[in-house]
Formats: sequence, structure tokens, C-alpha cells
Amino acid sequence: MRGVRRWWPGLLLISPSIVLIAVFVYGLIGWNARVSATDWREANKTTNFVGLDVYRELRIDERFSLDLHHLLLFTVTFILGTLLIGGTLALLLDKGVRGEGFFRSVYLFPMAISFIASGIVWRWLMNPAPGDRASGLNVVFEKLHVGGLANQWWQGTNWGAAALAMPAVWALSGYIMALYLAGFRGVPEELREAARMDGASELRVYRHVVFPHLRPVTLAALIILGHISIKVFDLIVAIGGKQLVTEVPAVYMWVLIYDARDYAKGAAIATLLLIGISVLIVPYLIYTVRSERRA
Amino acid sequence: MSTTSAAPPAPLPIRSRRWFARRGSRVAPLKYLGLLLVAIVVLMPVYVLLVTSFKTLTEIDAAHAWSLPSSWTLDAWRQAWDELSPNMANSFKLAIPATLISVVLGSLNGFVLSKWRFPGADVVFTFLLFGMFIPYQAVMIPLTQLFDDANVPTGIPRLVFAHVVYGIPITALIFRNYYATIPDDLLEAARMDRAGMFRTYWSIILPLSAPAFVVAAIWQFTSIWNDFLFAVFLITDPVSWPVTVALNNTTGSLVTPFNLQMAAALLASLPTLLVYILLGRYFMRGLMAGALKG
Repeated sequence: MRGVRRWWPGLLLISPSIVLIAVFVYGLIGWNARVSATDWREANKTTNFVGLDVYRELRIDERFSLDLHHLLLFTVTFILGTLLIGGTLALLLDKGVRGEGFFRSVYLFPMAISFIASGIVWRWLMNPAPGDRASGLNVVFEKLHVGGLANQWWQGTNWGAAALAMPAVWALSGYIMALYLAGFRGVPEELREAARMDGASELRVYRHVVFPHLRPVTLAALIILGHISIKVFDLIVAIGGKQLVTEVPAVYMWVLIYDARDYAKGAAIATLLLIGISVLIVPYLIYTVRSERRA
Repeated sequence: MSTTSAAPPAPLPIRSRRWFARRGSRVAPLKYLGLLLVAIVVLMPVYVLLVTSFKTLTEIDAAHAWSLPSSWTLDAWRQAWDELSPNMANSFKLAIPATLISVVLGSLNGFVLSKWRFPGADVVFTFLLFGMFIPYQAVMIPLTQLFDDANVPTGIPRLVFAHVVYGIPITALIFRNYYATIPDDLLEAARMDRAGMFRTYWSIILPLSAPAFVVAAIWQFTSIWNDFLFAVFLITDPVSWPVTVALNNTTGSLVTPFNLQMAAALLASLPTLLVYILLGRYFMRGLMAGALKG
């Protein structure tokens, strides 16, 4: 549109940022992948190339499989719970409610708090300890004479990861509510009105007019929640520390680096996390920037 | 947190209340009941935090778990303050400069990407954006190495640097989306004057940028204050720990009594909570900027 003399200062101005991202994102990712292909398995650095050995090791590592199992259970609970609660809240707020601003602020406030801090309360709420050291929900169950509901929460070997997802659902439902609310209100009122004129019930207006409009929102929500879930780290550390029963890949990686000093294996897990996230994010990014250009 | 939108989301408009009028009083109470119930559940952890943090040691057992303190005390708060105040100071020394640098950089980048575009600007934008989704674990090992090799001073300077660099994508996104709403006509006058890039930015764009600065600053301050991952990997010396790491350390052991745990958690959250309470509207806009189009 304009000549080179016009646009080059812009490119110059942004180039430090481009270089920083090129080096500290892409460069370091490459470097990390390289570390994962070496025999650097202890504090002393070694750089001998051993190929994919450590990935083969991870494939038969039972601890890593357990972590993946936890992550899967966590992810499913987290995504379903958040979409369900966030979506329902948005639906309830859609038509305008007295005190909407208040409700929105309340639902969103957990986003302002770190998982390290909120993890402390959730550890109290989901405390599996018996007797005098008990607290939180188990105490409520006892008081309501439904002691049978009291359970091991995140300490449970089978469903612990699902319990761990509860604080995450608590934290992000408000965000999903906000996404859907914006989505609902992006549906032109004329479309709803037209359907009503045709005699459609309000239920059918939602089902046939509003919901189909929300598919991009749901896609975005799924991708955002999915990538948060794959990365989950703070919350797990805050509640379970380094316990095996709550461990997910990101925590395993941390333990490998900090306690075992097994850099190659830690780097390999980090690379696998990155691949998992890229599969979600890259197509979405390209799609979004492209469709924006078309608009 | 996530990806691109054509414009910063407009404030949510209040919709027609016709449905109310029609379906009337039978549905509305149920709706409010549902909303209120969820609000209570969401606020329950706050009740627990507050109530427990003002209790004495004798009242933190199971028998008094959910009840109000019979005698309110500030003991736990005092102890939490003694333990955490140096780390709170660290967090401020970290979050304030990192936030300031981030927003300045973000504003310039966003300006170039939306109003002083060059061929391939969208490709560059996508290239930058990817950086905000990566699991930072995938750069942690080499980042530490690089800092050591380059003799970067240990402690907070490393964290400031990391947050500035990895904050480039989100701040560029927030500003770019905001600037996209400024009509190009406004820049036309400057072009007629043959004003250069910096003069255009300084005299036309910058004066309009206040809301975007607020949104980006809140976003960066909150995520830097709440960060745990970078701090735990990059800071080895406990003296330089920001408050999240110190908090996790004090409360991580089972011997720490509940009242101290809760007071510490609240204390560490006060700055971001305060920002949220005072500037919640902008906080929400930042969130939505992170979302998507329409």
C-alpha cells in the first residue's frame, strides 16, 4: 500500500521483539529438544547425542503413564465441568438480570487469585484427614449425617485427579461464562425476533438460532481450556506437592530437574507437552488470523 | 491467555427483558435462585479464608471448622506478615517494573501491527502469538543455562526479563486489538502533514491509548504477581523468592496450622484482589481480549 520508505520504520521498531521471541521461544524450544536427545542425566552436564533413547524410556515408564492417566482424568473433568457451569451461567444471565454486574464480578473473581493461594483453601475443603484433623467438606457431610459421602478427595487413587479438577473448574467457570455471554449477545436480535415471528418457542429459538451461532465460541473454549489443562502445574503443586497420587507430567518434569537432576528426561517431557499443545493451538491460530483477515 | 480478536470486546449490552415479561414470574425466581446458589459456592472459599484466618489455634479443629471465631484474633495475620512481607516486597519489585516495560513494548508493537503495517505483518503476529501458548517448561532448562552462561545477575532481574519477554505476545495482542478500533482516518491528517512514525504514535495514538494501557497493565501485573512456574525454576535463593513461592513453602508442610495458612494465602492475594475490586471492568476486557473474535 505504501512504499518501503513508509513501512520500514515499523518493521525496525518491532524487530527487537521479533528477535526476542525468535530466540527465547523458538530458539530455546529447539535447544530444549536437543537437550532431550543427549545423555545429560545428572547434575554434571554432558552433551553426547543419544537420539530418542529417553523418549523410548518414557514410553515404558510406568510413572509417566500414571501421570498421563491423571492428566486425562483431570482434563475431562475440568473441561466438562467448566463448560457446563460456565455455559449455564451465561444462559441464565443472557436475558438481562437485575444485578448482572454483581453476578459477573463474583463469578470472575477467582481468575484474579493464584492457584497457589486458592490451592490452600481447596486443600482445606478437600481434606481427607480423619477425626480431629478433618476439615472442609468431609466435616459438612458428617454434620449433615451423610458421613458416607465423606471421601479421600484428591488422595483417592482412582478418582483423585477428578477431585483435583474441582478448584480448576471453580477458577475458570467464570471465564467461560464471560465467553459464552459475549457469544450469546453477538447473535443479532433480529434473528431471534424473526424466529419468534415464525412462532418458534423460546426454547426453539435457542436450539435453532442461538446455539448454532455459538460453535466458534465452544471451539475457542475447548482449545483454551485444553491447553490450560495440559500445562497444569501450580494447582497440583499447591494441593498435592510432589506426591505421586496427584502427579501430572508437568510436575514430574519439575521433580526430574530439581530432585533427580535428570535434565534429558525433563526436557523430553517438556517437549512432549509442547507437541500436545501445538497440535491444539497451531491450527487454531492460523485459522483465527486468516478468518480475521477475510473479515 | 489465548488468541486474536478483531476488536476489544464491547461492554456487554443489556438485552431486552421481553422474555421476562412473557414467561414472567414463574421462571425468574428459579433463575435468581440458581445464580445466587452458584455465587454462594464461588464465594465459599473466601468465607473459609476469612473466618479461619481470624481464629485462634484452639478453634481450627474439625469441631469448629465452619463456624465463626468465638474470639477474633489477628495473631495469624501478624505471623503471616512477619513471614511473607519480605517476599511481598520482592513481588512488587518484580511485578511493577516488568509490567511497566511490558506495556510500553506492547503499545509500540501493537501500533506497528495494526497501524504501521509492513508486508507480512500478520505472519509476524501469528509468529509472536504462538509464544503465549507454549508450556514454559519447554524453555526452562535452556533459559537457566543461558542466564548462567551470560552471567545475568541472579534473582529478580532474571524474572523481570523472563516476564517481559514472554509477555510480548499477550501485550501485543491487547494493544493491536485496541488500536484496530481507531479509525484510519484519524491517521490521515498526520499523513498529510508527512508526519513520521514516531510523531504519529506520539501525537495521535498515544493520547488515545489509556484504556489499553490499563487493560494490559492489569493483565500483566496479575499474571506476574500470581506466577509460580518461572519463579520456582529461575530463583534458587530463598531471599529473592516472590510471594507465591514463599507462600507455597510456608503452607506446604502439614505442621502449618490452618489459621496461618489462610491468613498467608489472603495476604498474598490482597494486591491482585484489590486490583480486581477497583478495576474489575478492565480486568474483564483483558480476559476477553485473550479470547477470540465474536
